[in-house]
Amino acid sequence: MSDTTNQLLSNLNALVTGLFLLTAFGIVAMRQARGCLNLFIVQSLLLAASAALLGLRYQSVDLYGVALVNVISKPVVVPWLLRRTSPAEIYTRREVDQALNIPTALLIALALAILAYFLGLPLLKAVAPEFRGPNVPIGIAGLLLGAFTLTVRREAIPLLIGLLAMENGAFLCGIAVSRNLPLLIELAIATDGLIIVFIMGVLTRTVQKQIGTTAVGELAALKEAPVRSAQREETK
Amino acid sequence: MSVIAILLLPLVAAALVCLPFKKVWASGVTVTSSSAVLVLTARIAWMVSLDKTVVSGLKAGVLKWISVDGLSALILLLIAFIGAAAAIFSVGYMAHGNYKPKKLRLYYANYNLFIFSMLAIPVFSEPTLVWIVVELTTLASALLVSFENTREALEAAWKYVVLSLMGAGFALLGFLLLFAAMQASGSKEAYTWSGLVNAAHSMPPVLLQMAFLLILIGLGTKVGLVPMHTWLPDAHSQAPSPVCALLSGIETSVILYVILRLFPVMQASPNSHAGTWAIVLGLISVGAAAFLLMQVSDYKRMFAFSTIEHMGIILTAVGLGASAANYGAVWQIVSHCVTKSFCFFAAGAVLLSAGTREISAVRGLIRRSPAAGAALVFGALGITGAPPLAVFLSEFSILKAGLAQKHYIATGLLAVFIVIAFFGIMMQVNRMAFGVRENDSDAAVPDDHSGYSGHFTPGNRFHLPFSCSLALILTAVPVLVLGLYIPPPLQGLLSQAAAVLTMK
Repeated sequence: MSDTTNQLLSNLNALVTGLFLLTAFGIVAMRQARGCLNLFIVQSLLLAASAALLGLRYQSVDLYGVALVNVISKPVVVPWLLRRTSPAEIYTRREVDQALNIPTALLIALALAILAYFLGLPLLKAVAPEFRGPNVPIGIAGLLLGAFTLTVRREAIPLLIGLLAMENGAFLCGIAVSRNLPLLIELAIATDGLIIVFIMGVLTRTVQKQIGTTAVGELAALKEAPVRSAQREETK
Repeated sequence: MSVIAILLLPLVAAALVCLPFKKVWASGVTVTSSSAVLVLTARIAWMVSLDKTVVSGLKAGVLKWISVDGLSALILLLIAFIGAAAAIFSVGYMAHGNYKPKKLRLYYANYNLFIFSMLAIPVFSEPTLVWIVVELTTLASALLVSFENTREALEAAWKYVVLSLMGAGFALLGFLLLFAAMQASGSKEAYTWSGLVNAAHSMPPVLLQMAFLLILIGLGTKVGLVPMHTWLPDAHSQAPSPVCALLSGIETSVILYVILRLFPVMQASPNSHAGTWAIVLGLISVGAAAFLLMQVSDYKRMFAFSTIEHMGIILTAVGLGASAANYGAVWQIVSHCVTKSFCFFAAGAVLLSAGTREISAVRGLIRRSPAAGAALVFGALGITGAPPLAVFLSEFSILKAGLAQKHYIATGLLAVFIVIAFFGIMMQVNRMAFGVRENDSDAAVPDDHSGYSGHFTPGNRFHLPFSCSLALILTAVPVLVLGLYIPPPLQGLLSQAAAVLTMK
């Protein structure tokens, strides 16, 4: 493949991964469950695009496989599964009381992204020398931001999206550093993601049925001795 | 071939229990299939102890990654043993709960899937595939943790799933980096545990170390290492007792096994600090758990904290890193598994007879239900390492290996924490079994949500269901015997397992 094409593919990949980072920030900050889900879908498509671009660049069939699996499983099957398993009204819910307000959360997210860059640098030096793409630091940033989402969110659906976004981040980094992961494994990982959605959807529905809320972050009865025994005294 | 049968049996059982027959059907199928799995794994373990690696012999699909060596055979045997014992315990325990038949079928289906996912971890030798089955263990057990559908159980299940999967996200990146390191080493070997060890010396150290740390933290969350342990006491106390026995007794060890698999790889790589990481993280876990043990108000939580303590002990032992310490570590895995599941069966028996999880509400248990009381005391003695029971010997061999390695500070701290945990547990259990209620009118508060109504008046004796007693006796035998005598085949298996961990 000619140098100009390679250059073009690399630039396109840089654009795609840049947008990926933006969606990761968006998931931290977005208040509405539906918005979170949409951002996640966009993110998965960007991951697929990056995989396809890298596949073109390195002539790797396995990477096309990753792209295809991502296009099918996440934007289509995940929302469908969620609709089947969890109550519909939680999509429209706005989450007003996050653990941190949005500007603070975004500032911390920014710090995490910078940290990810420095974590990614030594890794980049270690992998194949021809590769100096943005996938590694941005993938790590996606992973960290997903984990951060889990700590600031309280509603069930954004928490689930945070988990899936972590996996997206790991993959964005993974497709760049390890290019020939067996397709069978890719498929298994994708299936696994769907089982996560299913189980957590079922759990969410049960929580809503039994407790009447989906703000799972507010469940905090299980603690060590003093608090619980004090409650017991009161109820007696 | 029998390896594949081991994996197929629980899956078939999971499908069969969904058939709408009588209540006995689901439990019967589960007990039968887990006993069959136990027999098959015993055969495999026997073959492995005679110095053979068992492979499937098939080259198609995921089956080509099946291989069982000393360490995996040991873990496999433990899963099968605890799985069978917990299935037997479930029969009587779940019948006591008056659940609807549909709910019971759900329980047994999930139970079998959970067993399947755990059995698959040691059987497969491809690291990414192992990561996937680790995820499956979380997902299959989530609905078991939330089984009672109380507010607390749902909270526990939710924390369990979110934190475990969050850890799994980090571990996924770790495994992908491990794969990258394997490719960068230029090795032509297959990407399996043994292939990794052989290629380790030419891997880029930075990739390998990053991968190791991500996996240690990620899977360490699921093992319950402090400070990622917060979900563990919740999940391990809220689930039905047989499930607690599985979660605490074996699941944590199985996940720890995956981490342990990386130690030979790290040792083969120049300039790795895997041992130091393990000792630091292990000692923090042991220490924190030993002190947290003392302030629990719920006896199932107490045993859950003791699991964190024991995971720390095993990790520290592997961190010490000589072949004697590794032997101690695998022995500790065995003794912890059998003893901890016994403890949770005992806790289940106490819950059946007393109807509450509160330590302060259970007094004079030995008079109300001699079987449950005796089991509780025996379990507590076993798990805290009182001589001559199994845990005592394994802990002793770890401490001895630590001193021989001249790790005086680490070994000393370990010994101190173990003693603290001993007093922490024995004090509580002593009061529960032999204590006298201070105020007689202050009758036991039955746990609000559990279906049991065991009001606590001395004189009205409680009789354990037969299957519960049977499971207690089954697990008590190894706790007692392994402290005095290790049969030669097991001895061979233990040495094989320790050899896997030790660099040649």
